[in-house]
Amino acid sequence: MALRPTTLVTLGFIVLALVCLALGDFEISAHDPWRSIGQLLLGLIQPDFSSVDSLSQALLRTVAFAFVGVGLGAGAGMLLALCFHRWWVRTFSAFIRAIHELFWALIFLQSFGLHPVTGVLAIAIPYAGIFAKVYAEMLDETDPLPLDVLPRRAGRFSKLVYARISQAWPHLVSYTAYRLECGLRSSAVLGFVGMPTIGYHLMAAFAQGHYSTVGALLLVFYLLIGTLRWWVRPRLLPVYLLVAPFLLGTGLPIMWSNVARFFSEDIVPAPLRRGEGLAALWEWFAQLFMNQALPGIWNTLLLTQIALVATGVLALALFPVISRHFTGRASGMAGHVMLVVMRSTPEYMLAFILLQLWGPSMLPAVVALALHNGGIIAHLVGRRSNELQLRQDAPRGVDRYTYEMVPRLYGPFLALLFYRWEIILRETAILGILGIATLGFYVDSAIQEIRFDRAMVLILITALINIGVDVLARRLRGYLRLRHGVNRQQC
Amino acid sequence: MSDFVLKDAEAHYGATRVLGPLSIRIAAGERVALIGKSGAGKSTLLSLMFDRWQAQNVALMPQALGLVDTLSVFHNVYMGRLDRHPWWRNLVTLARPWRRDIDEIVALLDEVGIGEKRWAPCGELSGGQRQRVAAARVLYQQGDLLLADEPVSALDGPQASHVMAKLTQGYPRSVLAMHDLELALAFCTRIVGLKEGAIVLDAPSETLSSAALQDLY
Repeated sequence: MALRPTTLVTLGFIVLALVCLALGDFEISAHDPWRSIGQLLLGLIQPDFSSVDSLSQALLRTVAFAFVGVGLGAGAGMLLALCFHRWWVRTFSAFIRAIHELFWALIFLQSFGLHPVTGVLAIAIPYAGIFAKVYAEMLDETDPLPLDVLPRRAGRFSKLVYARISQAWPHLVSYTAYRLECGLRSSAVLGFVGMPTIGYHLMAAFAQGHYSTVGALLLVFYLLIGTLRWWVRPRLLPVYLLVAPFLLGTGLPIMWSNVARFFSEDIVPAPLRRGEGLAALWEWFAQLFMNQALPGIWNTLLLTQIALVATGVLALALFPVISRHFTGRASGMAGHVMLVVMRSTPEYMLAFILLQLWGPSMLPAVVALALHNGGIIAHLVGRRSNELQLRQDAPRGVDRYTYEMVPRLYGPFLALLFYRWEIILRETAILGILGIATLGFYVDSAIQEIRFDRAMVLILITALINIGVDVLARRLRGYLRLRHGVNRQQC
Repeated sequence: MSDFVLKDAEAHYGATRVLGPLSIRIAAGERVALIGKSGAGKSTLLSLMFDRWQAQNVALMPQALGLVDTLSVFHNVYMGRLDRHPWWRNLVTLARPWRRDIDEIVALLDEVGIGEKRWAPCGELSGGQRQRVAAARVLYQQGDLLLADEPVSALDGPQASHVMAKLTQGYPRSVLAMHDLELALAFCTRIVGLKEGAIVLDAPSETLSSAALQDLY
């Protein structure tokens, strides 16, 4: 029997992941991992809200950074979207979104320091690249007829606003609101590199072993994201956007001489700075590539492939918990809550927590990536399954799962998984900052050693790999003819 | 005001010629009805005319109407005159329209019988209501020539006559693709019959009867 292309690709990915699994390091090195997990769970059950001051402060900063960052990103993204037909705008957007928020934060930390500008730009820049692409697609999808019937001499701006933006408006708004949720997660995670958001307090609480404070912070974070649709109202948005810049805090003052030196000297490759010529530059680059970039790339790809397959397995196993074909009202609710918690927790935060519990290896990273991404894909596939109509005498239980559901959902499932491939890779690279030897680890080390030129080259390499995987995933989707409904949920 | 003339015009779909070559002149005061079986080339001729003449002062009411579903009835009508105002005024109008514009547009909407829907998004309207919004838009737009494709196909008896009267009075010239022969004869001064992409009939309407036109079908 000849294997179908989807089966072939699936098997290929599984075999590749198994090979990677054999090559990677998956040891639990912590002293007593179960005790730590128990402590954390206890902290979640008995959260300590007593440090209300710092808690509300952390919350406020998290929201403020998210609003200002996403707001600026959306504005800039719209401007880019309007000239998206130019190739250099598309390339530029692809490039800025290929670099993760945390990398941007690391870059700006070295120049602007612990100033709010660092956090705001770290969110705004990559988000602008994403907004540009999605906004441009949404504007392209509008009906061209209203534009045709407009008076010919109407101004370009008026035409644009009345005939294109107005049509796309509901999509633009709902996507931007969705991105705001992503922005809250990004903002929380920026705390891990020193911004005054939830991540910072989480790290501090862990360091001091205050598990009940950790529990409180996590619960407040879930509450913040879970209630988003009640407090983020289109009418209130302008108010939030106006107020948010004043709630960022002051941070440390910007040293402009630092900024100038960073961009004019620090990031220039050392041999060029010292005027040693092209041969020396090549030598420098070759060294960097062989000793840091290559191992980093290797580990990043290894981890990505394992995490991708683990994500897929988890998503296929979990989508029934929110599918009406498998659950009743109450169990469906419980399933929803579970998936919300899974997908609301940023990978970085999860990986940080698991690293504390299990000690450094690839295991926490894979589990964190699989839980977060699996939660998202399970949610989307489950929702898709709810659109299916089964005949009344359809089989039940496992037979229903294997005969009625999976065959119908496998195509969309694969499409979604390939969409997340690039995102998983982005995240894998970044998890290196936590000490797993992916690209982020080498970037972070270079920054610790104050070798910003190396850090920049490594970040550029990461961005290029991101773009490469994105292209590959698009090819694969084309080859498998996976048509997707418009899915832009990607953070 | 130049005349509107097509000379040996053709339209192609891929390699096949679907229309023409045909010539036609629309003089001031003429109200032309295009009639013919579906597929005879009425819509093709209208869009060809729009293509050729759009540099002149032409308003178009296509069969699909071209409304923006997410905007209100008022704003869809206002779009007819986007070219008369600077961009910032159009932008402000999106959030808060001028009283003067509201009065003028609501008067127009009242004439076609949907004044009370002025602030409803077009996406919420029925087919007949949408058609009247599009009619109000071209009435508001004004110009030297109106090109309309089945402008009253979704309206019933008296309402159809009423909107037809408004449309034909609102422009010094008009070309309307019609399938209702009675309406065409009642409101147009000239009937142009199309068959397989060619003009097979071109006569003043007072010389024709609805029975005579049946031959075209």
